[in-house]
Amino acid sequence: MKQKRLSASELQGKARCLRCHIIGMTGTAGSGHPGGSLSAADILAALYFRVLHHDPDNPRWDDRDRFVLSKGHAAPLLYAALAESGYFPLELLYTLRKLDSPLQGHPHMTELPGVEASTGSLGQGLSIANGMALAGRLDGRTYRVYVLLGDGEMDEGQVWEAAMAASHYELDSLTAILDRNRQQIDGWTTDVMTLEPLADKWRAFGWHALEINGHDMEAILKALSQAQQVTGQPTIVIAHTIKGRGVSFMECNLQFHGNAPDLEEMEQGLGEIRTEEKCKSCKVQYPGRC
Amino acid sequence: MTQLLSTREAYGRALLELGRTNKDIVALDADLSGSTKTGLFAAEFPERHFEMGIAEASMIGTAAGLASCGKIPFASTFAVFATCRSFDQLRMSVAYPNLNVKVVGTHGGITVGEDGASHHAIEDIALACALPNFTVIVPADAREAEEVVRAAAERVGPVYIRLTRPAVPVLYEDSCNFTIGKAITLRMGDDITIMANGLMVSRALEAATLLEQDGISTKVLDMHTVKPLDEEAVKEAAQETGAIVTAEEHLLHGGLGSAVSRVVLENCPVPMRFIAIRDQYARSGKPDELLETYGLTAASIAAAARELMSLK
Repeated sequence: MKQKRLSASELQGKARCLRCHIIGMTGTAGSGHPGGSLSAADILAALYFRVLHHDPDNPRWDDRDRFVLSKGHAAPLLYAALAESGYFPLELLYTLRKLDSPLQGHPHMTELPGVEASTGSLGQGLSIANGMALAGRLDGRTYRVYVLLGDGEMDEGQVWEAAMAASHYELDSLTAILDRNRQQIDGWTTDVMTLEPLADKWRAFGWHALEINGHDMEAILKALSQAQQVTGQPTIVIAHTIKGRGVSFMECNLQFHGNAPDLEEMEQGLGEIRTEEKCKSCKVQYPGRC
Repeated sequence: MTQLLSTREAYGRALLELGRTNKDIVALDADLSGSTKTGLFAAEFPERHFEMGIAEASMIGTAAGLASCGKIPFASTFAVFATCRSFDQLRMSVAYPNLNVKVVGTHGGITVGEDGASHHAIEDIALACALPNFTVIVPADAREAEEVVRAAAERVGPVYIRLTRPAVPVLYEDSCNFTIGKAITLRMGDDITIMANGLMVSRALEAATLLEQDGISTKVLDMHTVKPLDEEAVKEAAQETGAIVTAEEHLLHGGLGSAVSRVVLENCPVPMRFIAIRDQYARSGKPDELLETYGLTAASIAAAARELMSLK
C-alpha cells in the first residue's frame, strides 16, 4: 500500500492528529518529551503524508525514502506518524515507554518497523543519513534521505563533521530539516550556546539553506519541493517553530520539554487542539480519557 | 630467522581481496588510509572508499548508515581513535542497533612506540568488550589477521578487530583455520597454560620454551577472540593444567585477563597471573623498549608461570 498524498489542508488536520497523539501518549505514559514533538508535528505530517515515498506494508522496501529522527527525544511524534501511516496499530501508541513495548523512550530501529535509526544521544543522525545517501548513490537508487535535527543539537560537534562530509560528497539526495524552536533544556538556545547566524553557518559549510515558518504547511511543502531540485549540494530547511506548538500552556514552556502533561493538562491540551477545527481523520481514542 | 609481517599490511591485502569478490564491501578512513593500509582498496575501488577526514565520530556514524542500507563497511583508524574517540557512536549508532559495521583499530597497544601515550590504545579492548553485540578479535600474526578479516565480513553484526603497527613474527605458515570464538592450541602442555593474544602470543611461545628448560610443560593458547570468549577452552585449560597466565598488550582491567578470570572463577577456580599494563599510561620509546619497560616480555610471562608453579 503506497501512501496517499494529502493536500495542504488535509495535512494540517493530520498534524493536529499527530499533536493529539503526542499529548495522549506522553500523558498516558507519564513521561516523555512533548514540547519538541509538538514543534515538529507539521513537518512530520508533510513528510509522512505527502513527501516521503514509503510503503508501510513493506517497511524494508529498498527504494523507500529514509527518514532519520536525529532529535530522538521527539519519539512520540515519530511513533504517531508511523502509526497513522499504518506501520502498526494505533493502540500500540499507548504502550509508549512501558516494559515490553516496542515504543522505547527513544527510537530503536530493531524494535519497530519504519524506524530507520536508533537515536537519542544527540548529534548522530546526520552522519547516519550521510551513510544512507552514499549507499543509495553507490547502488544507483533514487531514494531521498531526510533527517530532522534539533537546534539544541547544533551544540554537538559531530553535526558539523557530518555537515562538512555531506557537502564534500555533494549529497543532493539529502535534506536536513532543523526544528528551530529556540529552546533547549537549560533555556533559550541563545543563552545556552549562541547558534546564530545559523543559516550562514550551514551555507559556509556548503549547504543550500532555506528558512521558513515551520508551522506554515504551504511553506514546508514548498521548501521540501525546492530541496528536491537542488543539485550538487545538500539542503537544510531551517524551520522556525514554537516549542509546545498547539497547546497554549505548553507553548514556549520549558517545563514541557521533558515532562508529560498530567491528566488535567492532557484533557485541556486535547481540547485546545481539537477546538481549532475538528480533526476529520483523527480516530484517536485514549483509554478512558477522551 | 623468524619472518616478520605486520597485521595491518595483511588487513589491507585481505580487504582488497574481499572487495574483489563482494561488491557490498566498502571502506571508510579518517585521514590515515596510508597507515591503515586501506589505501590498497581505495586505489582499486575509489567509489567504494570514503575518506571522512579527521572526524572519527562522523566516520562511525556514516558506516552505520551504510550498513543499514546493506553495505558491509570497514571503518579503520588508529585503535585509540577508533574506540576512545568515537565510543558513543560505536555504542548508539552501531552496537545498540546491532548494525553490520566492522571497526578496525590499527596501531593497537604501546608498540605504536615513539608517538607516546596519546597514540597508545591500551583501553580499546575493554571499551569494545563493554559493548553488547560486539565481537572483539585480536589476531596474533599476519596470516591470522587475513582470516580474521574474512570471518568478520561473513559474520553479521558489529566486529572490532585490533591490529598492531610493527611487524610481528609469523606463527601460522598455512591456514590457522580461524573460527571466531574458538581458541587455537599452539602448544600442548600439562603443568600450566599461557593464554595470549596479539603480539603477546609469540612471546607466550618463547616463554614456553624457557619454561621447558626448567622442566615445566606449558600449554599455549592463541585467544584471538576476547568476545565471545572460548569458555570451553578456558575451562579445559583450568582443569587440565591447574594454573593459567594471561598475556596481553592492554591494560589489566577489562581485557583478556579479566575475561578469562571471570570464566575461571565461575567454573574451575585455579591460581592465575596476569601479564598486562598496570593502571598507567606508557611513555614514548621504541616498541621493544616499551614492551620491556612495562613487563610485556617472554621473561615476565615465564616468571609469572614459575611463581604459579610454586603455589601448586
